[in-house]
Amino acid sequence: MATRARKQLTLDARGVYYRQLNERIRQAASQGVSRFVLNNVNGQRYIATGLVGDLVFDIHGVPGQDMAAFMCGPLIRVSGNAQDGVGNTMDGGKVVIDGIAGDVIGYAMRGGRIYVRGDVGYRVGIHMKAYMDNVPVIVVGGKSGDFLGEYMAGGIILLLGMFSDKRCSPITGRSMGTGMHGGVIYVRGEVPEEQLGPGLHAQPVGADDLRTIRGIVKDYARELKLDGEDILSGGFMKVRPFSHRPYGNLYVPA
Amino acid sequence: MLFRPVNNNYHDFVIDRDKDRCINCKVCVRQCSYEAHYWDENRQRVMHDNSKCVGCHRCEALCPTAALTIRKNPSEFRDNALWRPVFLKNIYKQADTGAVLLGAMGSPVDIPCYWDHLLLDASQVTNPSIDPLREPMELKTFLGSKPRSLEFATARDGSRRLKTKMPPQIELRYPIMFSAMSLGSINYNLHLAMARAAEETGICYNTGEGGLHKTLYRYGPNTIVQVASGRFGVHRDYINAGVGIEIKIGQGAKPGIGGHLPGEKITAMVAETRMIPLGSDAISPAPHHDIYSIEDLLQLIYALKETSEYRLPVSVKVAAVHNVAAIVSGIVRAGADIVAIDGVRGGTGAAPCMIRDNVGIPIELAIASVDQRLRDEGIRSQASIVAAGGIRCSADAVKAIALGADAVYIGTAALVAVGCTLCARCYTGKCPWGIATNDPKLAKRQNPDLAARKLANLIRAWGHEMEEMLGGMGLNSIESLRGNRDKLRAVGLSREEMDILGVKHAGN
Repeated sequence: MATRARKQLTLDARGVYYRQLNERIRQAASQGVSRFVLNNVNGQRYIATGLVGDLVFDIHGVPGQDMAAFMCGPLIRVSGNAQDGVGNTMDGGKVVIDGIAGDVIGYAMRGGRIYVRGDVGYRVGIHMKAYMDNVPVIVVGGKSGDFLGEYMAGGIILLLGMFSDKRCSPITGRSMGTGMHGGVIYVRGEVPEEQLGPGLHAQPVGADDLRTIRGIVKDYARELKLDGEDILSGGFMKVRPFSHRPYGNLYVPA
Repeated sequence: MLFRPVNNNYHDFVIDRDKDRCINCKVCVRQCSYEAHYWDENRQRVMHDNSKCVGCHRCEALCPTAALTIRKNPSEFRDNALWRPVFLKNIYKQADTGAVLLGAMGSPVDIPCYWDHLLLDASQVTNPSIDPLREPMELKTFLGSKPRSLEFATARDGSRRLKTKMPPQIELRYPIMFSAMSLGSINYNLHLAMARAAEETGICYNTGEGGLHKTLYRYGPNTIVQVASGRFGVHRDYINAGVGIEIKIGQGAKPGIGGHLPGEKITAMVAETRMIPLGSDAISPAPHHDIYSIEDLLQLIYALKETSEYRLPVSVKVAAVHNVAAIVSGIVRAGADIVAIDGVRGGTGAAPCMIRDNVGIPIELAIASVDQRLRDEGIRSQASIVAAGGIRCSADAVKAIALGADAVYIGTAALVAVGCTLCARCYTGKCPWGIATNDPKLAKRQNPDLAARKLANLIRAWGHEMEEMLGGMGLNSIESLRGNRDKLRAVGLSREEMDILGVKHAGN
């Protein structure tokens, strides 16, 4: 974060409809406010959606659906849980959630980072994609639901399985990585092979992978005030696509 | 069991080369991207392999001595009304490969076409027809949600001004737009041509799901950007680049399934615009995985409205399927300003044939039932309706508007305008006409200046014809034709079909 003094705005979101709240934020951002403290957030949708630039949000409460959708640049810290659709088609910036998050987190995300301390729901990181230096990263500290990284076309998902409320669940739900044709999913500990999508297998990580993981974990631990060395002390496996053209031989010209 | 691969035995076309005319100049060899023509070193003359011909007619069109004619293969199977040759050939191919039959362009199957069973009215004696060459005629169309009523404020000096805040509208000089064809499915030259033609004629083109090339942002006032399940090239600037945003849920050629741009067509420019790696397949999932209900659709509509700060109308495109009227009602209630409906005859760069030929319903029935349903529910003015899928001529467009559409999308017709012959091999990336290909050698067969002129000509020609038809009916504005089904009569349709279309039989 920049050290220069930021123009700050504190908003009480209690009882404020999302359209008014977001309108107020956009207006303030256009007037040079770059640090927002949102208190009593309770399900308001689209917070920081479509926002660009060097903005910082401290969100207290539970932000609603599609937070940070199409976002490019801002840093969001949520002290609480988040709902579905965080970082939908996100371009850049960082979202740190000190709690759990819902379904379809980081759908078609193309850049930036999403860190979740706890568990996430279904279809997280689906259709993430990378282009050149733009490599999106999602870290899930807890466990994930079904279809993690489905259709994944690029980017990195790091699944830790450490800070979970779901004691009896496997680290990931069914059909992890189904149809993935790019990117990589790193898993701390063992990957339950029966939960993987067709044609996928877990492989041991190499030195390059470990370097990548270490870099991500360091930042993740710093943001969420966790013990990075403890996270790194577990072994890691990786799941990569078996082809970048999984459906290449499916068709014949009629 | 066949001795040779099926395509070598039962191919669709034969190349007829007039030996007296052929001068062995090799133009055909250079033009055919499927290598049906070749130079035979031993014989020292141009030869051909019929089995490789896709029937695109490129060689025929460019042969300097008119030596070439492409004919249907005269070899015939024993007549069988049930087991027509197409079924036999397809089974042979699938037995060879174990693969899904892939097709392109609109369905070639003989699905009833209601345009051909609808006739327009004209004025005789009791009200005058209008000559559009000499009298004012209005084709201007506004797409977007219309307020239920208008409020005016009167100033002290007695002047009045509109008090109602108008929702955002797309203004079109003609009720026609170029439908969504992505950069990648067709090449940059044609995107540029569509953008220029749209600018010149005051209409819009749709980017399709492939992003917007950075050099085309300047055509924003004539651009509708599309957001589909793969979210290729979708970001904040893209969303705000045009005059409208379209969420693609479905496509008439392949309702219920996703898109798939094969790695062969992902060149550096396509990769950059879509923001995906080079050569990797671009897969658009069948559903948007953040949309499993009308409420979820509402969420994406408003995510896009938030991102565009409510400046732009949001369109939702769906395929015409069985319950389309109820579905569109939900879409309008979810906040869509425009609903585009794509009928079963809609085109595509690639679709499994079974889907293309068997799923969906004709656009005519869909438009009529949707328009009626929205009227019955009192929400017709909340959204505009755009009809798509097999609009072949201006009369089809006029009939669509009389059935209740506000405007039409044309895709196939636009491609035909620049030379497409519907050979339907778009997915190979080898389009000999330089349309559905990103191979630079082939793509340069489309000169953007010429293509833009042809596209603009087509729009203007259709516009003239529409004005003639309107004038003939005694109408001087396209607005007076919208949903005016009294201007239509049916020929050769059943009572039920006429009920759905909301038209009387000719003679009544």
